Amino acid sequence: MADTAARAPRPAVRAPRPPERGRPRARRGASPTAPPRSFRWARRIFLTALTGFVLLPVYVMLSSSLKPLRDVSGGFRWLPSGLTVRPYLDIWRTVPLAHYFVNSLIVAGSATACSVVIAVFAAYAVSRYRFRGRRVFTVTVLSTQMFPGILFLLPLFLLYVNLGNATGVALYGSRGGLVLTYLTFSLPFSIWMLAGYFASVPRELDEAAYVDGCGALGALLRVVVPAALPGIVAVAVYAFMTAWGEVLFASVMTNDTTRTLSVGLQGYATQNDVYWNQVMAASLVVSVPVVAGFLLLQRFLVAGLTAGAVK
Amino acid sequence: MVRFARLRRAGLPYVLLLPALVVEVLVHLVPMAIGVVMSFRELTQFFLGNWGAAPWKGLGNYRVVVDVDAPVGAALLHSFWVTCVFSVVAVGLCWLLGTAAAVFLQEGFRGRGLLRAVFLVPYALPVYAAVITWAFMFQRDGGLVNHVLHDQLHLTGGRPFWLLGDNSFVALLVVAVWKTWPFAFLVVMAALQGIPKELYEAAALDGAGMLRQLWRITLPSLRPVNQVLVLVLFLWTFNDFNTPYVLFGKAAPESADLLSVHIYQSSFATWNFGTGSAMSVLLLLFLLVVTAGYLLVTSRGRKHADG
Repeated sequence: MADTAARAPRPAVRAPRPPERGRPRARRGASPTAPPRSFRWARRIFLTALTGFVLLPVYVMLSSSLKPLRDVSGGFRWLPSGLTVRPYLDIWRTVPLAHYFVNSLIVAGSATACSVVIAVFAAYAVSRYRFRGRRVFTVTVLSTQMFPGILFLLPLFLLYVNLGNATGVALYGSRGGLVLTYLTFSLPFSIWMLAGYFASVPRELDEAAYVDGCGALGALLRVVVPAALPGIVAVAVYAFMTAWGEVLFASVMTNDTTRTLSVGLQGYATQNDVYWNQVMAASLVVSVPVVAGFLLLQRFLVAGLTAGAVK
Repeated sequence: MVRFARLRRAGLPYVLLLPALVVEVLVHLVPMAIGVVMSFRELTQFFLGNWGAAPWKGLGNYRVVVDVDAPVGAALLHSFWVTCVFSVVAVGLCWLLGTAAAVFLQEGFRGRGLLRAVFLVPYALPVYAAVITWAFMFQRDGGLVNHVLHDQLHLTGGRPFWLLGDNSFVALLVVAVWKTWPFAFLVVMAALQGIPKELYEAAALDGAGMLRQLWRITLPSLRPVNQVLVLVLFLWTFNDFNTPYVLFGKAAPESADLLSVHIYQSSFATWNFGTGSAMSVLLLLFLLVVTAGYLLVTSRGRKHADG
């Protein structure tokens, strides 16, 4: 099992190459691979339906966040009876959203920074050195991905509580404990992807750095990291999204002062009346940073996935 | 001196790995070991502050958990079946949607880049924000789903509940697929870029139509990627906690009672971490067996196919 698991994560897309000789070049214009009309129609219909499915909640979020309260407390309506920005002003008062926002920024930001740095070092070791225990390490780290979060939630909860009682280092209920937990969530995928990415950086570059008098660390920081920057950016995006969206550990490991958005957002629903327009406005506000970042950087993620994970 | 340098060189990879190793051990391996120990103890609320004092219970927790005639075991078994059906259907749909979308976007056309970005939005949205929106849409009285099905299309007699009762399974499935399929799309799309264009041109010259090309070139080339993709999707869906927890709140309806939430609730509702840990350990064992079996079967099939 260990053997297969180690090999499985980096499958090669290998397809037999056709023989080069005697094959006429495809003519421009009437390409032989041009799709027939039926295919184009199927594509149009499928993609339109899928776009509708994907964007429906986004539309609901956006339109409801601009509705007055009476539009969201009765039956649903597609169009607001009047546009208002009140929800966007009220969300900050109904629950301490700004406070949660800052907490989330601190936690996700720190977890991302730590995770990326640790992953860069580990991935460099895995991609550049053959050492005893290399396979055990990669298999173990990757297989932590399959652990159900609930399995180590209870022990980690106890561990943090008891460590806190014993040493006075508050991990339970602190941002530090959450950062430590979150950074390990994105670490396996980050190491795996970066190792693939580093492997595609030619070794000659390292050697050139050695010749110039760099040590291994110098070669990593001056040559490999800059060359693999898109992959590192992709990993950072992934780590940030993971930490920003996590609910399970946040719901157990935080208290009133360290609460993050994922738990805090549910505060609107525990009131007697659910202010859905405010809930939608708040959801939109907390989504904008990650969605904008993701869409801006998604080509790095796709490129990183192509280089690191798939090839 | 030379020897020292060599020693340093040999030690370097370990030094580089050390931080990763430390946090992984601290957050994953040690708690997992503790979890296994906990599952053999009578760890109720009286022992939370000092869990070392909890009395040993041997296999007692496991006996309670797998006794399907008693309420605890019966509920767990039910939750297990729900999770299995949910995962298989959800993974199937995610894979199908992701692959279809990736294949349709393989060929360049106007608006392709925009569509690609749009399709990734569910993946980029924070889980809770997206799922809360779905919860709003599934509200019985003020939600979009009933508005369309009942008020506009008149398909249903009354206004059905979506977040209570049997319908909640469908609701959960829709949300999970909506949220997860972009990942399949992303991975398959990346894999498709690795298939040489000449293959399609050669096949087209030989008179193979689109469907035949899909069947003979695209899908076989995706096989190695699919092997991992399906496994990862399955593990994520099976262990998913965020979606049901945000969608249903603290009490998941019986027909959508996924294992993670079930274990969470039975642990924190009764503060009996011993039985909760026993359930978690069984869950992990099940996933280990499934993963090993899956990799064994799919790898063997691959060897045969390669000749």
